Amino acid sequence: MRAGSRNLALAALAAGAVAVLFAAPFIGEERVPLRVLFDRSSGDVASTIFWSLRLPRVLVSLLAGAGLAVSGMAFQAMFRNPLATPFTLGVSSGASLGATIALRLGFTFSILSFSAVSAAAFAGAGAAILLVYGLTRARRGFSAATMLLAGVAVSFFFSSMILLMQYLSDILDSARILRWIMGSLATVGYASTLEMLPFVTAGASLVLYLTHELNLLTTGEDIATSRGVNVARTKHLLFFATSLMVGGVVAVCGPIGFVGMMSPHICRLLIGPDHRYLTPATLLFGAAFLTLCDVLSRTLIAPAEIPVGVITAILGGPFFLWLLLGGKPQRMMA
Amino acid sequence: MPDPIIEVRDYSFSFGRTQVLRNVSVSIDAGEMISVIGPNGAGKSTLLKCLDRILTGGTGTMRVSGRDLNAFTQRELARLMSYVPQADGRQFPFTVREFVTMGRYPHLSPFSSVREEDRLAVDEAMALTGVADFAEREVMTLSGGERQKVYIAAALAQGARILLLDEPTTFLDPHHQDDILRTLLRVNRESRATIVSVTHDINVAAFFSDRVLALRGGQVAFCGPAAELMDNAVLERIYAKRFLFARHPVSGKPVVVPEEVR
Repeated sequence: MRAGSRNLALAALAAGAVAVLFAAPFIGEERVPLRVLFDRSSGDVASTIFWSLRLPRVLVSLLAGAGLAVSGMAFQAMFRNPLATPFTLGVSSGASLGATIALRLGFTFSILSFSAVSAAAFAGAGAAILLVYGLTRARRGFSAATMLLAGVAVSFFFSSMILLMQYLSDILDSARILRWIMGSLATVGYASTLEMLPFVTAGASLVLYLTHELNLLTTGEDIATSRGVNVARTKHLLFFATSLMVGGVVAVCGPIGFVGMMSPHICRLLIGPDHRYLTPATLLFGAAFLTLCDVLSRTLIAPAEIPVGVITAILGGPFFLWLLLGGKPQRMMA
Repeated sequence: MPDPIIEVRDYSFSFGRTQVLRNVSVSIDAGEMISVIGPNGAGKSTLLKCLDRILTGGTGTMRVSGRDLNAFTQRELARLMSYVPQADGRQFPFTVREFVTMGRYPHLSPFSSVREEDRLAVDEAMALTGVADFAEREVMTLSGGERQKVYIAAALAQGARILLLDEPTTFLDPHHQDDILRTLLRVNRESRATIVSVTHDINVAAFFSDRVLALRGGQVAFCGPAAELMDNAVLERIYAKRFLFARHPVSGKPVVVPEEVR
C-alpha cells in the first residue's frame, strides 16, 4: 500500500466517522429539525430526543464500536488467526457473566468511581482470556483449531452459567438479562458514555502504543522476540487492554458480536496490514460501523427495535463462514 | 586472544521432562563462521533459540559480548544478535521492504517513524543479500530461497553482528543452497558478522565454516576446526554411522559421498 493512498484512506475513514457522528442523531422515527443543534433551551420533545436519547446513544455506539473493533484486531494479530476475536474466544461471554453476576446480585457499590457491573465485566473478560490462553498453552504446539475450540468451550461454559442465572431469576429480571444479552445501545443521558469512556480510551491508547509490536507479532513470536520484542510483556499488556475495552463495552451494551471480527478485515483491505495505520483505521471504522448498525436497529421496524447484536450477527455470521471456508481478501493475514 | 563473543558454560535445557541440552559448553570468537551439525533432535535449534532468549529457563551460563545473557533487555540483545528461522511456510502480509524495515525495531521508540539512518540500514542490508530486486513484492509470494535471503536481510538491518541461522539451506534446491551460502560468506566477510548456522550437510559444514560444533543427544560430540571433521572416528561419534569419502576433484580435500544403497 502506497503511503499516499494510505493517508487518503485514513482521512476518508476519519471524515466518514465524523459524518456518521453528525448524521446519526438526526435519523430515527421522530423527525428532529436541525435547529435543535443551536437551540437547547426550548425543552421541546425534539430537543429532548436529540440531546438526551439519540446523541448519547450515538456516542455510546461510537465508543463501543471502536473498542470492540480494535480488540478484535489485537487478538487477530496476537493469535495470528483471522477468526480469533474476543467474541469468538469467549471473552465477551466472560465479561457478560461477570456483568450478569453483578446485575443479579444487585451490586451497587463502585470501585474507583467505576460501577460494580463494569468492574465485574472487566474481571470476567480477564478471567476468560486467562482461561483460553491457559488451555491453549497447556498443550505445547497448539493449533489454531485447538484455540478456537477452546474459545468455543469457554464461551459455552460461560453462556450456560448466564442461562442458569437467568433461569433462577424472577420473570422481570430474566427478561432484562435476556434483552441485555442480545446487545443494546439504548441509553438515556450521558452516564453510560462516561462509564465506558475511560475503559475504551485506556485500552485503545495501549494498543496504539504497541503498533510496532503488533506488526512483529504477526510474523511469529520467534521473529518478534529476535527483533527485541518482549513478547510475554506485550501479550500481557494487550490482554489487559482488551479486557478493559471488552469489559467496559459489555457492561453497558451487552455482548455485541462480529464487529471485532469484520472491522479489522475490512480495514486491512482499505489500508493494508501495517498496524501503525490499521489501528486508527479500525478504531474509526468500528465506531462508524456499529453506529450505522444501531441506526438500522432502531429504524428498520420502528417503532419497535431490533437488538443491535442481532443486526451485527446477521451481517457477521455469513462473513465468519466465508473466512472459515478460506475466503481471503488480498493482503489479509493468513 | 580477544574475549569470545559467545560463551556457553555447562548449559542445560529441558522441555518439560525431556532434557534437550546437557551441559553444553562452547565459545565462539567474533567474526567466526560456525556450523552446527548433529542428528535430528540433537538440540541444535534449541541451542540457537536459547542463545537468542526465544527459549528461556535453562541452567548454566550464556555470555554474549562478555555480558551475562540475563542482564540484557530483549531490545539490547536484538541490537547484537538475531535468530534467522528456516524459510518455512509462515504467512504474513508484509512486502520485503516492510519486513526488512521492521528489523529496525530495536532502534525505534514507540511512536517514531523510520528515520534516514534506518532507511540506509535497510537499503544496505537488502543490497548485501541481493533482495533489492523484489523489494516491493510480498514475502509470502517468494520462493524458499528468496524468502531465506529476506530473513537474513532483516537480521542485518536489525544491526545484529551475530546471526544464528536455523537450517538456512535444508529445503532449498542446489542452486539456492549455493546462493544462500555465498550470501552468508559475503555477510561474514563484509560486515564481519559472526555466523552460527545449523546444517545437515556435512560437506557444507566442512567447506564453508571455520569451525564445526556437533551435538548428539544434547551433548557436545565434537567441536573443532572444520578440517578435522572428515574422519570416521569423529563422524561415527556424531551420527553413529560410518561414511564413505572421496577426494574433491578440484581441491583434493576429502568429501563425504553417498553410499550405493541398492
